[in-house]
Amino acid sequence: MSHSAALEFERLCKFFVSDGMRVAALTDVSIAAQAGRITGLIGPDAAGKTTLMRLAAGLLLPDRGEIRVLGIDVVAAPLDVQAAVGYMPQRFGLYEDLSVQENLELYADLHGVVARQRSERYQELMHMTGLGPFTGRLAGRLSGGMKQKLGLACTLVRTPRLLLLDEPTVGVDPVSRRELWGIINRLVEEEGLSVLLSTAYLDEAERCDEVVLMHAGRVLGQGSPRSFSDPMRGRAFHVSSPTLAKRILQNRIAALPEVVDAVVDGEQVRVVTREAKPPELGAVLANDSQVRIQAVAPVFEDAFVAALKTGRSFVEPEFSQPDRSTKSGDVVIEVSGVQRRFGEFYAVKDVSFSVRRGEVFGLLGANGAGKSTTFRMLCGLLPATAGELYVAGRDLRRAPAQARSRLGYMAQRFSLYVNLTVRENLRFFASAYGLDRRRRRERVDWALTTFELEGYGNTRSGELSLGYKQRLAMAAALMHEPEILFLDEPTSGVDPLARREFWRRIVALAEAGVTVLVTTHFMDEANYCDRLAIMSAGALLAEGSPAELKARFRSAAQPSPTMEDAFIQLIERQERGDGLAA
Amino acid sequence: MRLRGMIRKESLQILRDPSSIAIAFVLPVILLLLFGFGVSLDARDIRLALVVEAPDANTASLTGAFRGSAFFIPVAYASIQEAEQALMSHEVDGIAWLRSDFSERLLGPGDAPIGVFVNGVDANRARITQGYVQGVWQLWLASYAREHGTVLHPPVELDPRVWFNPAVRSRNFLVPGLIAVIMTLTGAMLTSMVVAREWERGTMEALMVTPVRIWEVTVGKLVPYFVLGMGGMLLTVAMALWVFDVPLRGSFWLLTATAALFMIVALGMGLLISTVARNQFVAGQIALVATFLPAFILSGFIFQISSMPSAVQVVTHIVPARYFVAILQTLFAAGDVWPVILTNSSALLVMALVFFGLARRKTRKRLE
Repeated sequence: MSHSAALEFERLCKFFVSDGMRVAALTDVSIAAQAGRITGLIGPDAAGKTTLMRLAAGLLLPDRGEIRVLGIDVVAAPLDVQAAVGYMPQRFGLYEDLSVQENLELYADLHGVVARQRSERYQELMHMTGLGPFTGRLAGRLSGGMKQKLGLACTLVRTPRLLLLDEPTVGVDPVSRRELWGIINRLVEEEGLSVLLSTAYLDEAERCDEVVLMHAGRVLGQGSPRSFSDPMRGRAFHVSSPTLAKRILQNRIAALPEVVDAVVDGEQVRVVTREAKPPELGAVLANDSQVRIQAVAPVFEDAFVAALKTGRSFVEPEFSQPDRSTKSGDVVIEVSGVQRRFGEFYAVKDVSFSVRRGEVFGLLGANGAGKSTTFRMLCGLLPATAGELYVAGRDLRRAPAQARSRLGYMAQRFSLYVNLTVRENLRFFASAYGLDRRRRRERVDWALTTFELEGYGNTRSGELSLGYKQRLAMAAALMHEPEILFLDEPTSGVDPLARREFWRRIVALAEAGVTVLVTTHFMDEANYCDRLAIMSAGALLAEGSPAELKARFRSAAQPSPTMEDAFIQLIERQERGDGLAA
Repeated sequence: MRLRGMIRKESLQILRDPSSIAIAFVLPVILLLLFGFGVSLDARDIRLALVVEAPDANTASLTGAFRGSAFFIPVAYASIQEAEQALMSHEVDGIAWLRSDFSERLLGPGDAPIGVFVNGVDANRARITQGYVQGVWQLWLASYAREHGTVLHPPVELDPRVWFNPAVRSRNFLVPGLIAVIMTLTGAMLTSMVVAREWERGTMEALMVTPVRIWEVTVGKLVPYFVLGMGGMLLTVAMALWVFDVPLRGSFWLLTATAALFMIVALGMGLLISTVARNQFVAGQIALVATFLPAFILSGFIFQISSMPSAVQVVTHIVPARYFVAILQTLFAAGDVWPVILTNSSALLVMALVFFGLARRKTRKRLE
């Protein structure tokens, strides 16, 4: 075993008891994180990342195995470890009713930072995080990204030797995300810190020196990001067709047996094959001679999907085309000048957009950008402070109930009854929408088949994994065949494979003529939308098709900007504008 | 330094959180006003229907005696039927019926010529009304006999002395008892809820991985709430003395010392609850049922323990407020009666040790 390891796990097992059953959270985990480097823990929800972090911080006891942090046995001397590491939990414990400065001081007290070192350290940290101008502000009044940076500053108040970061970038806007990574890189380079960081964003794997791929409590592999992507060489391709919409192209390619993965990537479809040869597209695309296939360099995500995707094939969902009073292309949602105020705080300010029938319309933004508030207003759950909202031709202020009967809504948090079975939940929602007995039975059967929940009809929904819960929630929102479906962060926290399946269902739904409004903080998902609006701090920054939005930021330096590049530039432009105004 | 940091953080949070201030200071004032003015176990201003069937000098003298009493508001009715109607419709609390042969039978042998009816729905008030009517009647009868040259010889002469609370004001024992209830509220309920809040918001996890010791987290939490609870106590005592004119016969310092002891017990309960409840709702509910309601009902604050069923009397021994209410009522009404104070204080001390011992065993610097 190497002596330069900052963190070592040896054959670690951890069980939890839930409902009287012993559930393995970690099975036989052996990992070593090198000193002075960034080690990334990558895996979907429930992979055991947080449990691993807590074990390393001495907050949990292992059932079997050994943990050595900086050469110290955590089980024997947790306080020694806690004195030497900095740990930032997923929801960092900022005291929202204390100011930035007071939070810093509390953690300086707790870590025993001596008084004469403090002001210098505070200045360094405030400079590093860019929070300097906000030291007097209450932590609760900071944006999501700023909170995360303050959390990091608090864990860094006394320079730790090992930094444990549990999903530090989840739900944070791309600008803050980039800044957080900048801080972490600087700490490693300048102060020689060792970092163990977990993330659900696969593109962040490439930023780590070492990656530990985890799934369902087991380690699937450890190595440099390239050691994962290199074996995939020759298996990744970009496919594009000038005649076929990218979503349809993607759906068709995904159905091919030799294809492991097909996702919309910018304006093309990214395809990963089982073997090192291009996909045979003739079967699905007849004789479309204009289809272009181009080999591309593999990335970590390709390896991730290839490693996790088991034989299970995806059943192409079928959505009936319900009879409609509207035609394709009619405007079904009209939002103009809408504001929502909570006290002094504007959650949504002067937002206008319109959505046409059969479109997939995305609202893209970080946590706290005002997406969910906009959604709640559109569903008639929250009255607007000002402005007008029309959904399916109904004024939401006058006839919210009528408008609501024509739309389906899937809330951000799982909002079904956890102690009812899958079937009972579906039946309940069908009756809540007023379907008669025969129709109810039909729809429940339809939902179980379409969402591949047949095997789970009698399972209590609380016991389902997150991906299945999301499927059930979407099914419940579709029981009454709504014309418009609102999906609030449907893919948040769901593993990449489930996210892919989710988007195939959304696309199929839109093909059947249902209008879909979806919020997301995953930049890459924006490419699935027909049109989207980018929101930040309650304001709508830009609106248009993904291609249009990206084209606006095309420059010599950035010949093919991604959605994330576009987003970052929009936010920077907004902040500059604010700076000028202030 | 770590402890100081914890205490400062907790104090800042208390100052910025209006709901802690409300529970610590506003709620006591509301409870005091409610129990000091609103709830009274005394019967005053009893509305009494007087039915005089044959008015003469004797009946006029007796009704005059009722009118002269501070306890009654007499209302005259022409017939017993009308008076009964008034009783049923709650217009009066009782009836005194002076029948037509009142004067004839007054000094004759046999039953008294006066009929008394009371509304028994409120048993307490009914019993008191009955007693007062009897008292007025006895007094009047004695003076009547004196005026007419005869001496009345009742079998036993009652000469009552009321000790400790000569004015028989229920406020004098309710308001001191309330101090125990109010301190339970801040000590147990507020404390368990703010610890649960740390779990809920994820701040506890961040605290746990700093080098802070678990006792520093605990003490850092308890000190500010100890101060807050004692502040509430002083406010209550001040209002008792100056707003409600409740006399304090014992020493103020002994009151403060025993209150501090009780505050520690209450904090111990709060701490123990917080080891099992990790969200504010559960913590609040447990604190309500396990500490606040017992302090209200089983402490002797309103209901005398000696008049409870014996099984319930046994249960009251595990209610800390019981011992403190006994101390409070003694200190306010009687004075520094050392035997009472020492026995009850040692009971409180034992409970403090038990609660803190249990909490210490259950508190770990871990998440499970």
